Amino acid sequence: MKLVVLLKRLPDLVEDLEVDDSGKALDTEFLKFTLNEFDDYALEEALLLKEATDGELTVIALDGEDVDKMLYTALAKGADKALKIENAGEASGNRGLAGIFAKVVSSLPHDLVLTGVQSAEDIDGQLAPMVAAILDEPCVEVVTQVATADGGVSIHKEYSGGVVAEFEIDTPAVVGIQASRQAPRYAPVSKVRQIQESTTLETVAGSAADTSVFTVVQMTPPETGGGAQMLGNIGELIKVLESKGVI
Amino acid sequence: MTETKSSFAPLTAYSPRKKAQSFVQKDSVVIEGVDISGQWNKMFDAREITSYDLTHMDKLTAIPGAESMGWCYQCAQCIPACPVDNAGGDYGPRKIFRRLQTGVDIFNHSDMWLCTSCQNCVRVCPKEVDMVQIMPAARAAAVLEGNVPDELVEMFQNVSEYGNPMGQSARKRVKWTRGAGVDIRILPKDAQPVDVLWFVGDYYAYHDRGNDAAQAMARVFSRLEIDFGILGADERCDGDSQRIAGEPGLFEELARHNIEQFEKYEFAKIVASGPHAYNAIKNEYPKFNGGSGFPIEHYTQFLSQHLDRLTPLLTRPFAKKVTFHDPCYLGRHNGEYDAPRKLLQAVPGIEFGEMFRCKQQGYCCGGGGGGMWLDGFAAEHQTERLSENRVKEAIQVGAEVLAVCCPYEVSRFEDAVKSTDNDGKLEVLDIIEILDQCME
Ligand code: SF4
Ligand code: SF4
Repeated sequence: MKLVVLLKRLPDLVEDLEVDDSGKALDTEFLKFTLNEFDDYALEEALLLKEATDGELTVIALDGEDVDKMLYTALAKGADKALKIENAGEASGNRGLAGIFAKVVSSLPHDLVLTGVQSAEDIDGQLAPMVAAILDEPCVEVVTQVATADGGVSIHKEYSGGVVAEFEIDTPAVVGIQASRQAPRYAPVSKVRQIQESTTLETVAGSAADTSVFTVVQMTPPETGGGAQMLGNIGELIKVLESKGVI
Repeated sequence: MTETKSSFAPLTAYSPRKKAQSFVQKDSVVIEGVDISGQWNKMFDAREITSYDLTHMDKLTAIPGAESMGWCYQCAQCIPACPVDNAGGDYGPRKIFRRLQTGVDIFNHSDMWLCTSCQNCVRVCPKEVDMVQIMPAARAAAVLEGNVPDELVEMFQNVSEYGNPMGQSARKRVKWTRGAGVDIRILPKDAQPVDVLWFVGDYYAYHDRGNDAAQAMARVFSRLEIDFGILGADERCDGDSQRIAGEPGLFEELARHNIEQFEKYEFAKIVASGPHAYNAIKNEYPKFNGGSGFPIEHYTQFLSQHLDRLTPLLTRPFAKKVTFHDPCYLGRHNGEYDAPRKLLQAVPGIEFGEMFRCKQQGYCCGGGGGGMWLDGFAAEHQTERLSENRVKEAIQVGAEVLAVCCPYEVSRFEDAVKSTDNDGKLEVLDIIEILDQCME
């Protein structure tokens, strides 16, 4: 089975996020970047699938800070090939990103494309369906397990309230992964380093597909409320209302 | 079926793959001219043990560093010395060897992860079976194969991404300094030469109770007018426990990073808060900077050299019954038993008493060798935590305070006091906190 995993790097949330002077983007000076947690699950699920089917796994990511390390780590975990998309410009949101990814994926033979169901900076969960739409392939979202079934792929999709449904889809297809069957594996530092020394990452020129994208006009931190005050009885409520001049 | 009448006959029952007829019963045997014929000479045949699968034993002893596992002759002296066995873990090198001998795959077995590298078995083993060498080498192989407990994976990932096991931002490493009440020079911001480069360590920097000790240390240093500085956000985990837990590559990366920071500044010596950092910088870091290393002391060693100036500052009495837990990596691993005791004896009003298992025979807190992050895993294979076993002993000898000098230990023992229903009966304090409390 030929598998493709789309990886996205994100600002690491252990650092406090700040808006830069332009007022339209994050201040990246002190930011660290890390792999989207859901993409890590997608990679793990793909690795399990690769092992079960003796398949071939390619990971793809947009170029940027810390991306090489992310791709070498994926190779150390067991991916066969890593592709870095260069000169694609800044993708604006999932629409832009889906266009760039879909262009590259369309040139790769593939049975299944896996990616995280969402990411902290784009929680609309639209990356997988948009890539699928551009490629004209079926898509299942919020997936917690992928397995091969005769001729096709059997998929567990999670609904709210813990309900899980099993689907069979024809390949090629795109899935958005919510969780992997087991915790993402660890790539020992020595193995990553060994891969880094013996492999060169493949690069491919990126270009956006014809999708409409958005432009950021303004970025602000969410407004914090004043906090709620818990009142014990009606007397306290009356006091508050009096102090505010309401009654 | 006719049975040979022999007192050894039942042996066949233990040797399932061997048929009775494979026993060699010779009429007469002459060895080096001596006739030793007799019924017992069937023992010249191979022993039953050869019928087990030795693949995993061979695989383990072929790993450089783990060879000595094969030297065990089952004398069992190590078992009463092993704190994990003592805590109901059915453990120790003798048992591990025996299991390997009977075909158990240690690479897929809890035996791989329970050893805390406390070194107590090494102290008593006549065959020099060295678990402190065996375990890191064997675990590194297991980690490469992907056989590693989830709790360790999370820790490795945090250390590799953020430079500390808590997965906290590097920039927050200096947050504790704000509450110290004294000036602390952060070398990357003020690179003046200092006498002491203080290696603060992860637990002092990020853990709440560690912060208390770090702030106490800063105050004690200030009162002693010690010219010191810290690496601040540029310090990374010392890596020693990661090395022993099976991640030598990560250890090397951390060591090289810290060495690079040390080389940027002028200082007379490094003082480490923790025995693990002390052990790493003293014994392991020299491998990565041409063997020269750095002058390094544990804080108890450093302060015990300043007792002439320290003692007059300890004016407020600390009238409590105190016992002391020797950290494995200060005591057994590096032979330092006196420095912490000298500091405690300088405390006014203290009533000091030893526990039964102390100094060379000190018990282990369970935090070494990766144990710090394997409490959940260990709970499935032991009847109690090592830290629980230890606090019970402290209470048994009548102590009101358990004094420690390893940053792993305060939180471990405080948790153990609660989980053994001894809340309020035993206070756990870092020695530096006691010294700080005694200064007006
Ligand atoms: S003390 Fe040494 S030789 Fe004796 S059983 Fe233990 S490991 Fe084996
Ligand atoms: S080093 Fe300590 S924990 Fe490990 S086997 Fe020996 S005595 Fe037990």
